[in-house]
Amino acid sequence: MLNVKSQMKTFVGLVVAASMFAALPAQSAEVIKLATTTSTENSGLLKEILPKFESASGYKVEVIATGTGKALKLGEQGDVDVVMTHAPSAEAKFVEAGFGVEPRGIMENDFVVLGPKNDPAKIRDSKTAEEAFAKISESGVTFLSRGDNSGTHIKELEVWKAANVTPDFKGYTSVGQGMGKTLLMANELQGYTLSDRGTFVAYKTKLDLSVDFDGGKTLANPYQIILINPAKYPDLNHKGAKALSDWLISKEGQSLINNFKVEGEQLFKATYSE
Amino acid sequence: MNEGWLALLQQALGLLFSLDPDVWSIIYVSFSVSFAALLITLVPSMVLGFVLAFAPFRGKWLVTNLVQTLQSIPTVVIGLLVYLLLTRNGPLGDLKWLFTQEGMILGQMMICAPVMVAMSQAAFTSVDRRAWETSRTLGASWIMAVWTVCRELRMPLLLAIVAAFSRILTEVGCSMMVGGNILNVTRNIPTAIALETSKGDFAQAIALGLVLLILALILNFALGSLRGKATPRSH
Repeated sequence: MLNVKSQMKTFVGLVVAASMFAALPAQSAEVIKLATTTSTENSGLLKEILPKFESASGYKVEVIATGTGKALKLGEQGDVDVVMTHAPSAEAKFVEAGFGVEPRGIMENDFVVLGPKNDPAKIRDSKTAEEAFAKISESGVTFLSRGDNSGTHIKELEVWKAANVTPDFKGYTSVGQGMGKTLLMANELQGYTLSDRGTFVAYKTKLDLSVDFDGGKTLANPYQIILINPAKYPDLNHKGAKALSDWLISKEGQSLINNFKVEGEQLFKATYSE
Repeated sequence: MNEGWLALLQQALGLLFSLDPDVWSIIYVSFSVSFAALLITLVPSMVLGFVLAFAPFRGKWLVTNLVQTLQSIPTVVIGLLVYLLLTRNGPLGDLKWLFTQEGMILGQMMICAPVMVAMSQAAFTSVDRRAWETSRTLGASWIMAVWTVCRELRMPLLLAIVAAFSRILTEVGCSMMVGGNILNVTRNIPTAIALETSKGDFAQAIALGLVLLILALILNFALGSLRGKATPRSH
């Protein structure tokens, strides 16, 4: 009797131990940590397409949504398996410094200049984004800057630079918030701001703002997915990261991106070309 | 981490000692807003604490428990409440206080008042009623008698003030929602730390964290030395 009991105990112990061992490698192979930007998260794109990748591949993707600056930093520190961001200049540095490998342009959307519906700075008939920005700085109205080193913030600073304006005029307000929160603040203060179109459309019903300027080469917004260099961090989930990157540029991934709509509008244009 | 801890700490100390304008502007916003909120609520809270301790009235039990509950409400909930009050279409929208220091002060007042009321009530309840009665029978005026009781209780009352102040100086939820983290206007120590960490820039966050740490040390040691002097009276 006793014997059987002790045998049972040993058996149960072994089963538990075995399952723990089995679970360990399985876990590290299953989760892919993706650092990306608040714009892909706020617009709902990832919620729509990632489950399809997960069911096809068996991986589970954990999304860490932050600004482009922080996302690349997480990649540099080896805290995530893969990054998806939208700031070409910062991404080029990330790859040059040897942290990122195999950058692939997967899609693009565009930036829009939002402002009050009555357009107090009269930027609607501007020819270029630079001209629109210059008018905003001269008119003294409030302009909200993300101020968080995100892709959108980096783009905004590039436009100021191109417009030969130092962004320290009276109405310039640096808020240090994600895109969604910045839009809500711009709405409260009835100021201008630069936003990616995706987040704006997702928030449209909550906002008393309109697109006062869009279009032109300056406001194009390309997204890249970049793998982390295995030589720097050998023990990340590189296989999973590669699988995700491959899936996003596959026919299926690209058409899902094209078919993603919010409020009836297509937000992202798939752009991968061999 | 590519940057060593020491290098980060060096950068942080450099920011503090080189009087980096951004860092000191953040510290200034933090202290001026929290001091304002504390000063406005100080006297009314203490009076309410005194009344709750000394005056028997109907519904006292209810008020006492309400204050206790308010103490434990998360600051983000208070932030949400103030946000909804001040938003453009809200009942106080005309004040245009959302994303201003006034709005932050309002939120912090709502956070620190319950703490001060509850702690001063506990202090006043603990006092020997005879101190009050003796001073009254000796012909002290009402105000003087209150003053006597307060002097008797300076230690627990001071603790109440410090606890309330440290709660509002370190809360991030309400300041972020109502203040909006605007550089040089409503960016205070906790919201700046949250932002810098989300940007991946740790030097400024560490500098500001050090300020809070040093402040906590000073306050606690000061209180500790006061407590050391407060010996039980033998007469």
